[in-house]
Amino acid sequence: MTDAYIYDAVRTPRGKGRPDGSLHEVTSVRMSATVLNALKDRNGLDGHAVEDVIWGNVTQVMEQGACLARTAVLASDLDESIPGLAINRFCASGMEAVNLAANQVKGGAGEAYIAGGVEMMSRVPMGSDGAAMAVDPTVALDQYFVPQGISADIIATEYGFSRDQVDALAVESQKRAKAAWDANRFEKSIIPVTDVNGLTILDHDEFLRPGTDMQTLGALKASFKDMGEVMPGFDKVAMLKYPHLDKINHVHHAGNSSGIVDGSAGVLVGNAEFGKKYGLKPRARIRATAKIGTDPTIMLTGPVPATQKILAESGLTVGDIDLFEVNEAFAAVVLRFQQAFDVDPARVNVNGGSIAMGHPLGATGAIIIGTLLDELERTDKELGLATLCIASGMGAATIIERV
Amino acid sequence: MTDFTMEKDADGVAVVTWDCPGKSMNVMSGEALIELSDLIDAALADETVKGIVITSGKKDFAGGMDLNVLADMKSAAGDNPAQGLFDGIMQMHALLRKIELAGMDFKTKKGGKPIAAALPGTAVGIGLELPLSTHRIFAADNPKAKIGLPEIMVGIFPGAGGTTRLVRKLGAMAASPFLLQGKLVDPKKAKGAGIIDEVADDPVAAAKEWVLNAKDADLVKPWDAKGYKMPGGAPYHPAGFQTFVGASAMVNANTNGAFPAAKALLSAVYEGAMVPFDTALKVEARWFTHILMNPSSSAMIRSLFLNKEALEKGAVRPQGIADQSVKKVGVLGAGMMGAGIALVSAMAGIEVVLIDQKQEAADKGKAYTETYMDKGIKRGKATAEKKEQILSLITATTDYDALKDADLIIEAVFEDPGIKAEVTKNVEAVIPEDCIFASNTSTLPITGLAKASSRPEQFIGIHFFSPVEKMLLVEIIKGKETGDRAVAKALDYVRQIRKTPIVVNDARFFYANRCIIPYLNEGARMVAEGVAPALIENAAKQLGMPLGPLQLVDETSLDLGVKIAKATKAAMGDAYPADMKPVDDLMFSMVDEGRLGRKSQAGFYNYDEKGKRQGFWEGLAEKCPVAEEQPDLIEVQHRLMFSQVLEAVRALEEGVLEDIREGDVGAILGWGFAPWSGGPFSWLDILGTPYAAERCDQLTEAYGERFACPALLREMGEKGQTFYGRFGKQEKAAA
Repeated sequence: MTDAYIYDAVRTPRGKGRPDGSLHEVTSVRMSATVLNALKDRNGLDGHAVEDVIWGNVTQVMEQGACLARTAVLASDLDESIPGLAINRFCASGMEAVNLAANQVKGGAGEAYIAGGVEMMSRVPMGSDGAAMAVDPTVALDQYFVPQGISADIIATEYGFSRDQVDALAVESQKRAKAAWDANRFEKSIIPVTDVNGLTILDHDEFLRPGTDMQTLGALKASFKDMGEVMPGFDKVAMLKYPHLDKINHVHHAGNSSGIVDGSAGVLVGNAEFGKKYGLKPRARIRATAKIGTDPTIMLTGPVPATQKILAESGLTVGDIDLFEVNEAFAAVVLRFQQAFDVDPARVNVNGGSIAMGHPLGATGAIIIGTLLDELERTDKELGLATLCIASGMGAATIIERV
Repeated sequence: MTDFTMEKDADGVAVVTWDCPGKSMNVMSGEALIELSDLIDAALADETVKGIVITSGKKDFAGGMDLNVLADMKSAAGDNPAQGLFDGIMQMHALLRKIELAGMDFKTKKGGKPIAAALPGTAVGIGLELPLSTHRIFAADNPKAKIGLPEIMVGIFPGAGGTTRLVRKLGAMAASPFLLQGKLVDPKKAKGAGIIDEVADDPVAAAKEWVLNAKDADLVKPWDAKGYKMPGGAPYHPAGFQTFVGASAMVNANTNGAFPAAKALLSAVYEGAMVPFDTALKVEARWFTHILMNPSSSAMIRSLFLNKEALEKGAVRPQGIADQSVKKVGVLGAGMMGAGIALVSAMAGIEVVLIDQKQEAADKGKAYTETYMDKGIKRGKATAEKKEQILSLITATTDYDALKDADLIIEAVFEDPGIKAEVTKNVEAVIPEDCIFASNTSTLPITGLAKASSRPEQFIGIHFFSPVEKMLLVEIIKGKETGDRAVAKALDYVRQIRKTPIVVNDARFFYANRCIIPYLNEGARMVAEGVAPALIENAAKQLGMPLGPLQLVDETSLDLGVKIAKATKAAMGDAYPADMKPVDDLMFSMVDEGRLGRKSQAGFYNYDEKGKRQGFWEGLAEKCPVAEEQPDLIEVQHRLMFSQVLEAVRALEEGVLEDIREGDVGAILGWGFAPWSGGPFSWLDILGTPYAAERCDQLTEAYGERFACPALLREMGEKGQTFYGRFGKQEKAAA
């Protein structure tokens, strides 16, 4: 089978996902086209160089609706002959785009793809696309639907993570992200967002809160306690599924959960011939991909079985992997991953993660693959594994190997 | 037989009067639906009729649907009962929709005849669904009238358009207490909630006046008008989304996922909210059919509606005995039970003599009623006059002479055979010869207590549950020599105090306690085995039990459990089951440490100073470490269920229970046995006796002889019989 390689990976900075965020004025189309153009320009591609653009995006309504991928292609410098495919696997959409592209290439369906995603959370609010899972009684009741924050708190309760432990992970994320920015570690991948005149709108992640410590986080109120314990009482729903628990320990809050931000990212994936054609050197091989469904109530434990699956299928062990990116959707997700595989935290999210820098839903999967690759190169390591938890109980993973 | 009649008045208003002959309350039947439909057709076709008023010839409008109609629809459809039900329900929708559209041109919404409902009193179930299909609802200013849709209480939901119309009228949020809790309100509150339109002194006159003045636009329901939006938002409207997320979570949390009717109702609401009105009715009909096809619904209707009513109306009362209504009851012992018995008796208008050894104690017992009435006054449910009147019925005294004209004695003194015997003798010396003597014992065999009586045929057990004023069931126990008149007396008394009776024969713990005790023991036993306490409690709640076994032990107190265990041991001697040891060891040691349950603010759970339950007691995990490997939920649930239902089967086998209806109704009302199941025997029928027998064998193998399959169940399993097929006394079960 043909190998699929990563030739390039870029991302925009992440803006605060609020009306006062710097990227709030930028459309989802422009953000997407910015990434597509950057990949085309940085790699000297023709307008028709890729087979397709696979674009992850979660909230596919309003300006993000109606196959944003196609609209983005038309708004970019790529040719109109490139079609565009919008996909949604919630938080792993950007990763799934890369994985799909890689597997298309491996299967011989085209030489190269641009894969990535976008989420302008300040412009198209999370949840504004509805969700039968939450309101259709035939699934909401039978599947014991609870919101993600409750799920994260179930993880903390079930696997025994204290408020201090989740807060400590958040403090570390902030510390690492600040250090990474100070050392210009994201330099290779960051593409500034500019206006129609070429004027810079944002060139750095603006969500970080350097100096966050245990005291500042300790003062925050648990975000999901009221909806869990009082109205409408999701804890009781959680305990229908987890009857051995006698209560849910509510530990998550805004400071140890991923940030709501605007952002976009893209990865250029192609086979060896493609590289030769454009004189590009492959940076990494996409060694394996995986996805899995898990219990939708605890919802966010997917990285563990997804990792078990991808390691088994690729004949690797946890010990073979040099670096991990585990999306910091909620602190307990990462703690559970480290606990399950007994991984040294020093090898996980070494440059911080979504708690510090934010989680633009449709883009994050592509972002963390890029971040992982940059760090493997910087530290001259070989194998990296990226994984994300996914709404409604799913998990996805990608293993990349430097070449 | 004619349930509906129509008369046209001088102004051209056709008044349709609902008046079921020979009944005190109107109930809708299949024939009546056709009658009503024909009358509406005739009125709409009659050019001289300007409008229609639908009212009742009785003091109330209607009490709902005859639930046998649904069963008939089902059985009439032969091998496709779902189709039969669906078609029948759609016919009902067609009739009500005909009233709603009233002959108007659907496009222009013009040319219809105004139709109003005039409700003199209570209007529930289809008694409200029919008015909801009219153009305006007038109700008499009758504070005793109840208006609402209580279907959910018997395991179904409003299926004649009530669900769809109320949600479209009020919005999902505002409709939910009426649909999901079956909340009933008086006419003023119903108007406030927007369920009815007007409260009038003379609703028929007001309705006529409205009908004569109504314009075309007045006849158009909001949902038939252009641009209709559901109040509070449909499911994918931002505000509606929050409502629907919350509704699913709350139904799940509050019912512990154990009531299929609530789930089906919610689906009808959700799916119906996103389609046009007529389609929404069809969706409602599909879910209503679905719930009627669910064995749980049939079982709930059978136990909680049909058989409960049958028992209250004297289904098991001995034949040929004159009315035994109680005029004066003597209550011996003014403790918690005696005080409660005095209260409910006085509330029923019965004269009460409340006796205790000390005047102070007797007064304290009477004060219980005073406090109860004061609370009622505070809540606007009673008046000062009512309180005085009820208190005047109760005489608190130490003097046995006050009993000399009592016709029923209920003894509620200390649970000690010696004391009870003495009291029996002393009282019998005073009371009239034909007076019936009842003991409110919960544990002592009646036949034994009757030995102290010189008139054992007039001696009976009337077992109340605590708190007396809240619990709906009364267990009547026949001793070996108890005569029919004593049984009739007890039944007539229970009818007077508006509770539901079951009559059982004398045996250790009678029926209810006999089944509850193994449930409590099984819970404690699992703790001793290392099953996570939360798993035990949650497993019970997910079965629909109101309290987990450990919480129930805390409520009833651990020392009572220990006392019962000691007494049982003494009575059984060597026959006392050896497998009780882990239970006894745990309970005895907790009692030794002063953990008596809620009353000592320490039991399986911790309690705060106010007695509010906190988490599990930390010491429990030290005493009985939680095992690494935990059993499946179903395994825990089956242990808890079988421990109860096998006792019910044994009670039937031994003749303690004479009628499975009593076993089922008594279980639900007495100790809250999984109401969705219809009771222990209904549950076994749902499970299937062959499978139940097989599970007994597996449970016996895994956990011991207490799960041994009773011979009766074994035989029924082999023959593939159901309990209601073999023992059912009411041939015509509902829906």
